[in-house]
Amino acid sequence: MSLLIDLEKKEEVLCVRLVGELDHHTAIKLRERVDEALSEQHLTHVLLNLEKLTFMDSSGLGVVLGRYKKVHSIGGELVICSLSPQVKRLFELSGLFKIVTFATNEREALLNLGVAS
Amino acid sequence: MKNRMELSFSAKSSNESFARVSVGAFVTQLDPTLDELTEIKTVVSEAVTNAIIHGYGENDDGLVNIEVELINETVHLVIRDEGRGIEDLDEARQPLYTSKPELERSGMGFTIMENFMDNVQVDSEPMTGTTLTLVKRLSKQKALCN
Repeated sequence: MSLLIDLEKKEEVLCVRLVGELDHHTAIKLRERVDEALSEQHLTHVLLNLEKLTFMDSSGLGVVLGRYKKVHSIGGELVICSLSPQVKRLFELSGLFKIVTFATNEREALLNLGVAS
Repeated sequence: MKNRMELSFSAKSSNESFARVSVGAFVTQLDPTLDELTEIKTVVSEAVTNAIIHGYGENDDGLVNIEVELINETVHLVIRDEGRGIEDLDEARQPLYTSKPELERSGMGFTIMENFMDNVQVDSEPMTGTTLTLVKRLSKQKALCN
């Protein structure tokens, strides 16, 4: 199983929805797609919806941490929503839970980023 | 009950998913919980990714070998590469340590393996390779539904 990456622009926010498995192999593709969309569309904020992510490992943590740093460096924010308990556990282990903003669903995440949906 | 299997495959990132799914399918016959199965698949993914990125430096001529042995309710995994090895094992096992920060590695691979398994042993020799031996005892709280 691979990773499907759905990208959508909502006002100033790049919504990234992942379907499938995020590992070292698919993390490279995710990094390229997100960074390209941010620079092409001049966006600064990222919403990462993990509702349909069925697997993630430390390579996934690496790419999320990398996007967090990138978005911060351009004055934006990253909000992650709809985590499964398994994925949530990895974020807790890594300490990312303390620095990244998490939301229960996409609507709440968008409100957090100043977009009224 | 005793059962074993062995896999050997090219050190390609596209095989990471093949490796964890195959081991997961084999372990399923012990009837693990969903959490236990996810933990084992995650650990296989971590170890195989380390072999590919660090052991072989993403040169896919190398082979990664996995042996799985099921003994009663215990899963024994041996994941081996014949790559460049790890020079400083203590440093490599530190949470958040990575030798490749430029690749956006999180440095959490060993921490995850240690959290998800009951025992993690690393044997490595520079220029010879690395062997990880990982053991997990499955819980015996099974649903009675024969």
